[in-house]
Amino acid sequence: MRLSVRHTTIYRFDAPMRFVTQSHRLTPSTCTSQRIVAWEVGAEGAVFGASFVDGAGDRVTTMTVEGPVERIDVTVTGEVETFDAAGVLRGHREIVSPRTYLRPTQRTKANGALGELAAGALAAAGEEGDLARAHLLAAAVAEAIAYAPGTTEAHTTAAEALEQGRGVCQDHAHAMIALAQSVGLPARYVTGYLLTGGEEGIGEASHAWAELHVEGLGWVGFDPANRCCPDDRYIRLGSGRDALDAAPIRGVSRGGGTEAMDVTVVVAAQQ
Amino acid sequence: MYDGKRVRPAYAKLLDWVESTSPEALSQKQRQAEALFRRIGITFAVYGEGGDTERLIPFDMMPRVFTEYEWRRLERGVKQRARALNAFLYDVYHRAEITRAGIIPADLVFRNEAYEPAVVGIDPPAGVYSHIVGIDLVRTGPEEFFVLEDNCRTPSGVSYMLENREIMMRMFPDLFRATRIAPVDDYPDRLRRTLASVAPASCEGQPVSVLLSPGAFNSAYYEHSFLADQMGIELVEGQDLFVQGDFVYMRTTEGPKRVHVIYRRLDDSFLDPLCFRPESMLGVPGLMNVYRSGGVAIASAPGAGVADDKAVYIYVPEMIRFYLGEEPILKNVQTWKCADPSDRKFVLENLADLVVKEVHGSGGYGMLVGPKSTKEQVAAYAERIKGDPAAFIAQPTLALSTCPTFVDEGLAPRHVDLRPFCLVGREVHLCPGGLTRVALKEGSLVVNSSQGGGVKDTWVLAD
Amino acid sequence: MLSRTAENLFWLARYMERAETMARLLEVGYRMGLMPSAGTGYRNEWASLVSAAGSARGFGAKFGEEFHQRDVETWLFFDRENPSSVISCIETARQNGRAVRTALTTEMWDALNGAYLDLREIERRPRSEALLPELCEWTKRQGALFRGATEGTHLQNDGYDFLNLGWYLERGDNTARLLDVKYYVLLPTTDMVGGSIDTYQWTTLLRALSAYRAFHWAYGGEYSPRKIAHFLILNPACPRSLLHCLDTVEYHLDRLAKAYGSRTAAHDRAEAALGELTAAKVEDVIGEGLHEFLTRFVNQNAALGQDVADGYLFGIQ
Repeated sequence: MRLSVRHTTIYRFDAPMRFVTQSHRLTPSTCTSQRIVAWEVGAEGAVFGASFVDGAGDRVTTMTVEGPVERIDVTVTGEVETFDAAGVLRGHREIVSPRTYLRPTQRTKANGALGELAAGALAAAGEEGDLARAHLLAAAVAEAIAYAPGTTEAHTTAAEALEQGRGVCQDHAHAMIALAQSVGLPARYVTGYLLTGGEEGIGEASHAWAELHVEGLGWVGFDPANRCCPDDRYIRLGSGRDALDAAPIRGVSRGGGTEAMDVTVVVAAQQ
Repeated sequence: MYDGKRVRPAYAKLLDWVESTSPEALSQKQRQAEALFRRIGITFAVYGEGGDTERLIPFDMMPRVFTEYEWRRLERGVKQRARALNAFLYDVYHRAEITRAGIIPADLVFRNEAYEPAVVGIDPPAGVYSHIVGIDLVRTGPEEFFVLEDNCRTPSGVSYMLENREIMMRMFPDLFRATRIAPVDDYPDRLRRTLASVAPASCEGQPVSVLLSPGAFNSAYYEHSFLADQMGIELVEGQDLFVQGDFVYMRTTEGPKRVHVIYRRLDDSFLDPLCFRPESMLGVPGLMNVYRSGGVAIASAPGAGVADDKAVYIYVPEMIRFYLGEEPILKNVQTWKCADPSDRKFVLENLADLVVKEVHGSGGYGMLVGPKSTKEQVAAYAERIKGDPAAFIAQPTLALSTCPTFVDEGLAPRHVDLRPFCLVGREVHLCPGGLTRVALKEGSLVVNSSQGGGVKDTWVLAD
Repeated sequence: MLSRTAENLFWLARYMERAETMARLLEVGYRMGLMPSAGTGYRNEWASLVSAAGSARGFGAKFGEEFHQRDVETWLFFDRENPSSVISCIETARQNGRAVRTALTTEMWDALNGAYLDLREIERRPRSEALLPELCEWTKRQGALFRGATEGTHLQNDGYDFLNLGWYLERGDNTARLLDVKYYVLLPTTDMVGGSIDTYQWTTLLRALSAYRAFHWAYGGEYSPRKIAHFLILNPACPRSLLHCLDTVEYHLDRLAKAYGSRTAAHDRAEAALGELTAAKVEDVIGEGLHEFLTRFVNQNAALGQDVADGYLFGIQ
């Protein structure tokens, strides 16, 4: 499928800022399931630089805006040809050891309830392999956390989301990571875009899911929110140990003002 | 200092001097030394004491002495270790051959809190990650040195080494004239050159190095300002630096100025709020991106801490064999990992005879010195170990060498350790001297300044 | 030099000077309190001192409506809740100095650190032993020691210029405030002008500014608001006059412009202000109204301080 993306993030400051610095993970990399046809990230008045590909294969770029600045529009436009690889990440160049993804973060730390959920999900399973176990865990997360936008915050942890039983894709992904790590499977957070529309897709065009490292296959994506593995409706943007680590935009604004953010993402299928 | 019952020859001249000087004159000298320190303003902060955060570190004017012959062996050993630790760091952030070869357990590296995935794949100039390596040593016999721990991040204490020497030279010029003592005062210049030697390839002309400090409220601030001053480089805080385009700049009254090398005395997690702790106000937003894209060098590299972890320490002799193909010159202290069930069993059974440390601890905090502890303390510590075994390692109590030290009753033997400072850039250099820490309490083995330890000058005498 | 270093030097000098001003204010209050008939029929001079120190609100919140000497003494000298108390000023000055320890000479640090250590000693003593005149003398002496150490040992480089900018911006501000206390706040009614209280107040003010004898050398005879206004505002020879302060500020800005090869908004503002003040006659000042004139000066001074900060990249980027 050929997908077009238009992703705009508008920052407004109630008092002019003196200096804004952002780190962007806003450029998808090529792999078996996606080919980048065109991609551009821009912001008026900004300086871009210090760009590199990190150990996990993601392109990171730095953006700064010198003040006084009251508004910044970060615009991403692109076109990607996608293929259904059944969620398996192939042809993606990365060198970080999967074992580093066994270390939880504050957001993905498993507590007793998460551990029980994982154990319960696998209790019925026999001597199945990692892939089957991963599917069982994804199903358990989807059951335990209902999709309910607006019920959780950016800093909600996996344990908190499970406790309240509701959340969004970020919470599903965090819970998925916590479960996987608690049974010894390396897991990470993935951000990207999703072609919604039709009744099957839930979540927004700006999406997140988890990848688990499965012996023999490598990294495999799981989207508990949609009870599936990523297919050709998905564009994979970048990864990290949790939502903060993988965030498409991380920024620090210095000056007296406070920040309001407005995000619009439109993903469309090209005919 | 004692060689059997005999005083080691290296100390002979010193003791002559002590014997020919009246006790009044000696204690007057000691007071002079203290007054000098106070004037210069060397203080350190002690955590957990509240109140006055600036306290004077006790200085003992009786130096510790090495012969050049003794030192040469020690120097080879320290350099060997510093090279192996850097080879290890390069390896674990690239192909990790050492874990593939099964020499170090992969989880000990990759699941280690000090292992930093954000720097995987970086090729720092000259392949150096840890540019200043401080190796803590104890001596147990004439030819026998043991390494207590490695410090690969930002070992502190070098200012004491320099100031102790300065004070000794001011107070005892005759002793310096009468003996040939290897100078240590070129250390700042060596450090400056080491930093310049690892400037990024994109640097044209003279590299600009800075010392990045958390600020005046940090306990080691004195050392930060002292070193910056001695090196003639700017002492900066995070707020002085900013990232733009491909580079890092410092704000000066003449406008922004590019910085090529950052000698940071700030923990990894505070370096860059866009990569590590988002709430850090001490760091520089975007710094890690510039580092990763080759626009700036950071000494020591973020993630270098995985090499000085106390659980990784156990494998350093193996590292030396693996990377350098050499036999280790300095020994490791035998170490039991409480994470290992059979080791744990042994440790818990012999707790009263062992020293137990927290794997991620430092500064002598949270450790148990079995022979010096009460039954209750030992029992309480055993519970801590059982609660989180992987957080502890244990070592035998060593028969540490002693060194004559001025105490209230006159000269008396006190236990000492030694931290020499090894600089690693395009070349490896060991400063002939170091920080000798002394346990001022009789019989005590804990030399940390925060726990009642003092410092001494360290002399390497020419043969 | 590092912008933060410049900023610290600038504020170090400002706070040392401010500590001195607080001491001078306290001295004014103390001497005026010795007047036999003081306290009745007049607006309370202690109240006016606190308002001249610019901290009436903070004082009111802590001590209420009454202005007792002991409270004012506490507030202006000892109180850490008052950011302009002598203690706060010297501690802040030392903090600024400690942050740029390597930009100071040993002598300067000794002076600064000595003041800080003394202060701790003073705090330990019972309050009954801490006599106000001694405290004031001590504070002024610390300022003199630090300035002397700077003059005698610091390189005459850009750091020296930033120190001096701090000193003279602050000093101008302080002279303006002290003058305003006397003229606007203290003097109750016009019929007292020229009377013994009036004279006593002027003497006190001049003494507090260490300018009593200087005034007599320069002007002699009777006090008059004109003469004093001329002396403290327009006389370039008076080391605390507004003209002298502004002139010195301009001098140091000029040195920076030469050293760096570029000017800032501060240069334009200082030049314009200095031009105006140089041309001004005492009649112009009186004509505008002394209080109005002084208020305008204080505001202009603050704007100049901001220009220096902006021009040399002070503050967090």
